[in-house]
Amino acid sequence: MTDDHRPDPDALLAAIQDQESRQGRGKLKIFFGMAAGVGKTYSMLDAAHARKAEGVDVVIGYVETHKRAETEALLDGLEMIPRQKVDYRGTTMEEMDIDAVLQRKPQLVLVDELAHTNVPGVRHPKRYQDVIELLEAGIDVYTTINVQHFESRADTVRQITGITVHETVPDSIIDLADEIELIDLSPEDLRKRLAEGKVYVPDKVETAANNFFRIGNLTALREMALRLTAERVDHQLQNYMRIKRIAGPWKSSERLLVAVGPSPFSEQLIRWTRRMAYNLEADWLAVYVETSQTLTPEQREVLTRNLELARDMGAEVVTAAGDDIPATLLNTARQRNASQIVMGKPVQSCLRDFLRGGSPVDKVVRASGNIDVFVVTGNPTTTQAPLFNLDMRQTSNPNQYGIALLAMAALTLFELFLVDLASYQLFGLLDLLVVLIIAVYLGRGPAILAAAVSALTWNFLFIEPRFTFQISEVQDVALLVLYFAIALFAGNLTARIRTQERQARRNAERTMALYTLAHEIASAVNMDDVLHSAVVQIGRIFDAEVAVLLAVDGEISQTPHACSTLVMDERELGAARWAFENGRSAGRHTNTLPSAAARYIPLRTANETLGVLGLRLRSDERPGFDQEALLETFTNQVALVIEREMLDQAAEQAAMLQESERLYTALLNSISHELRTPIATISGAASGLLDPTTSGDGANRAELTQDIQAAAERLNRLVENLLDMSRLESGRLTLKREWCDICELIGVAVQRMGSALGERRLNIDCPPALPLVQMDFVLMEQVILNLLDNVAHYTPPTASVHIEAAAEPQHLLIRVSDDGPGIPHDKLEQIFEKFYRVPGTPTGGTGLGLSISRGLVEAHGGTLTAENRSTGGAVFTLRLPRGAAPPPAKEAAL
Amino acid sequence: MSDGAQILVIDDEVQIRRFLRISLEANGYRVHEAVAGQEGIARTAQLRPDVVILDLGLPDMDGLEVLRHLREWTQTPVIILSVRDDDRDKVAALDAGADDYLTKPFSTDELLARIRVALRHAQPEAQEPIFRRGDLSVDLSRRLVTLRGEPIKLTPTEYALLRLMIQHAGKVLTHGQILRAVWGPEYISETHYLRVYFAQLRQKLEDNPALPKMLITEPGVGYRLVVE
Repeated sequence: MTDDHRPDPDALLAAIQDQESRQGRGKLKIFFGMAAGVGKTYSMLDAAHARKAEGVDVVIGYVETHKRAETEALLDGLEMIPRQKVDYRGTTMEEMDIDAVLQRKPQLVLVDELAHTNVPGVRHPKRYQDVIELLEAGIDVYTTINVQHFESRADTVRQITGITVHETVPDSIIDLADEIELIDLSPEDLRKRLAEGKVYVPDKVETAANNFFRIGNLTALREMALRLTAERVDHQLQNYMRIKRIAGPWKSSERLLVAVGPSPFSEQLIRWTRRMAYNLEADWLAVYVETSQTLTPEQREVLTRNLELARDMGAEVVTAAGDDIPATLLNTARQRNASQIVMGKPVQSCLRDFLRGGSPVDKVVRASGNIDVFVVTGNPTTTQAPLFNLDMRQTSNPNQYGIALLAMAALTLFELFLVDLASYQLFGLLDLLVVLIIAVYLGRGPAILAAAVSALTWNFLFIEPRFTFQISEVQDVALLVLYFAIALFAGNLTARIRTQERQARRNAERTMALYTLAHEIASAVNMDDVLHSAVVQIGRIFDAEVAVLLAVDGEISQTPHACSTLVMDERELGAARWAFENGRSAGRHTNTLPSAAARYIPLRTANETLGVLGLRLRSDERPGFDQEALLETFTNQVALVIEREMLDQAAEQAAMLQESERLYTALLNSISHELRTPIATISGAASGLLDPTTSGDGANRAELTQDIQAAAERLNRLVENLLDMSRLESGRLTLKREWCDICELIGVAVQRMGSALGERRLNIDCPPALPLVQMDFVLMEQVILNLLDNVAHYTPPTASVHIEAAAEPQHLLIRVSDDGPGIPHDKLEQIFEKFYRVPGTPTGGTGLGLSISRGLVEAHGGTLTAENRSTGGAVFTLRLPRGAAPPPAKEAAL
Repeated sequence: MSDGAQILVIDDEVQIRRFLRISLEANGYRVHEAVAGQEGIARTAQLRPDVVILDLGLPDMDGLEVLRHLREWTQTPVIILSVRDDDRDKVAALDAGADDYLTKPFSTDELLARIRVALRHAQPEAQEPIFRRGDLSVDLSRRLVTLRGEPIKLTPTEYALLRLMIQHAGKVLTHGQILRAVWGPEYISETHYLRVYFAQLRQKLEDNPALPKMLITEPGVGYRLVVE
């Protein structure tokens, strides 16, 4: 039901994302040609001059003129960044100084020979990696390359010219390029230039011409170059059509699957599949089927390289496990919806394949169902698999062989003692049993050795005629042969089962490790715990030293987190910083700064890089493929958890901010009203006094003036409240503690109240000789004042007020009670909240008094509570810790 | 009552100076003004006022500095103006030689009362041997204290304390000043002595010890014996 004219939204999205990512990056233009000498560097310099004339800031990063006069001439007028000198094995070599270019930050930089391998000691092993860094820094780059340097073309070039190209560039670089310009030259013209000496320095002409510059070669190369350009143009056209919604052939929903193994042939398969995928515009997977057969270190190396190559070329790498390779491949293909499988042509002998029920390719084809199978030619493998699956290179060591022999010898001795009691067939079975036991505990090799030795001894010692290698009965020959065959196969089988079991256990361990890590860090309480768990777990599983560096304000921290076990010096920090800034692994066993002691992996989430994890394996071996996968999963986990912690913290902050916003608004509202009311009174009364009509009357004058005074007092009280509150809130409240007499304090507070209590009856019950208590006099006075103010405000003018003080064993008690309306039962705690006022009560007052009082009391280590009296009215109870009594007061020496 | 005594007001706020001038002149004083510390010092030297009213919160110099400067060469009574939270500054000023203080906002009654007290103590008139206030009578020559005709028994320390307050009647005395005068310099931080002894005195001499009218606590600063 697809509408052919409607563009594929996925493709559109991909195009937009690509465009967006390109906007931050610098633009890459590649000048490429079929061979050296066609004039790529020359064209590049020419174009650079043109850009310079337009006003673009152009510098030369690295240009190799090979002493060609015309090219050299073009260097004039362009600023050249000095190359950095690197010492390598006694010679001084020159490479592009990438840091100098980054610092100079031109708009455009010229970097010749994209495929060049850098001298060890500089940041990246390959120049194209330098170029990537420059692009990511936003600098445009012009570069040159020959068609033979493209990875996907490398083996074709080898086939044509016989020359193996060592310096290649991954095809993904080409995809990065915004422009590709083909510098085309006919083979005849190139040969002419070669003869004229315009290509290489003259004394190398002969050999160069003979080896490389044959017309046949050049024509083939030229075709490759043209075809590559055409492919790219076509691809761009497709994209263009897609974006512009032009009807046309749409992206196929194909998916390719290539089987990868530890053989060099896989490399060709991978490259082939990539080209095919590119043409079909399909995704592709590289699948490695792990069997119970263990790989030799060399094979592991090749396999890892192959898988990395596949990944670099854009494949998704999948590892599947199983002993039946064809079945596993098909299974994976079906699971991942692969539409085509790519395999290599069978290279093993027909007999062998026949024995096995058909070559792997046959088996796959037969069971492929509706999946297409591509069978690709490759070179015969350099290592032939042995005829029988006897992988003698097991992990058995000489000791185990020795023990096997000993066991066999012991058994034989035992049998010799029993020779008269049992038949030789029984001994045969006994031997078989021991061989199987040896297979389980000592491995395949020793089992086979034991089988062979026991067969011989059995023949010699027990089969008639005894003590000869001859066998009289034909049946016995068959017996011997069968015995040996059974011993071999059974031994093999047992050993294989053992390997499988070990592998299963290893997988289980791996899963367990991942689970433990996930569990530990998920249950960690805070960031420190998380990082500590991660460091410990990762260190344990990989047997490594680990360091974590977190990002602070967008920059990587200069010191590792406290829980790190890895020590880092300046150089390590530099590698870590690079990994952080560029979002890719750096350090040991990577492509960047491989001389560092540890590897640094950025901890990334979808949005940003949160930090870097440094890992130094104690064994310093290159991590195997499954270890890499595990490490990647771990770092992702850790990154996610760190992100979660940071989000939690941010959420807390946000909540706090919101709360303080709320309080601030409440404060402003309340204060605004409270301030304006007395000010309005003062204003109004004052203007009244200024008006001769009103102020003419003496009684009026007196009243208005009293109003002004009352309002001023109210304002004063308000200001004191605000100051107290701000001091409490700021947390910088320091108590000036001194010995105080509570009765004295109450007296002072009451007298400060002055007329505010009006007509209310006041009763103070303060027994003499109450213990002195350490407190801040002024602040505590404020507390009592606030309580009295409350009474004045919320009780009717005829209410009575009672203040009492008493001593309790540990506390000093002060009670302020009234016989007013009391406080609603459910609001007894709420009234102590800031700005809270019981609804329905008379307005006026900021709602701060009780909150401040409680704050001040608590600052002294005491408590303030409110209750309703059984006889009606409210009572506020203040308790202060007594502390030790002061030393007794001495009489003066007069 | 005021005999045209001269008062110098040192304060940078124009409204404060205005209301002070109006009130004081209405009560018969002659008022001069200075807006900053340096000017204040200069005018004191020039005018030789009878009382100086000094605001602690001056723009150019610390009020305390001004006070110390003045005290180097004159014993003119100085009343300081300060805000409520400045206990330490008040005490420091009183210890440095200020005679009394007023907390803003204050009423003119308080101000006039302080000025009267300050003027009285400035003139070394012959000390009256008998101090009378309400129902209380203290004969300093015979060390006799009577309340409503009845003799009151005071311990020697209580008497010494009472006598000190009477000698400075109307003026504030800091805790430190009282302790030093009655108990000695080693006792100047033993504030609790004062709590105890004032409580005892109030018990004996005040009509309502809980709400004393004569022996008044100045929070954070000290004590004052009020006569009016």
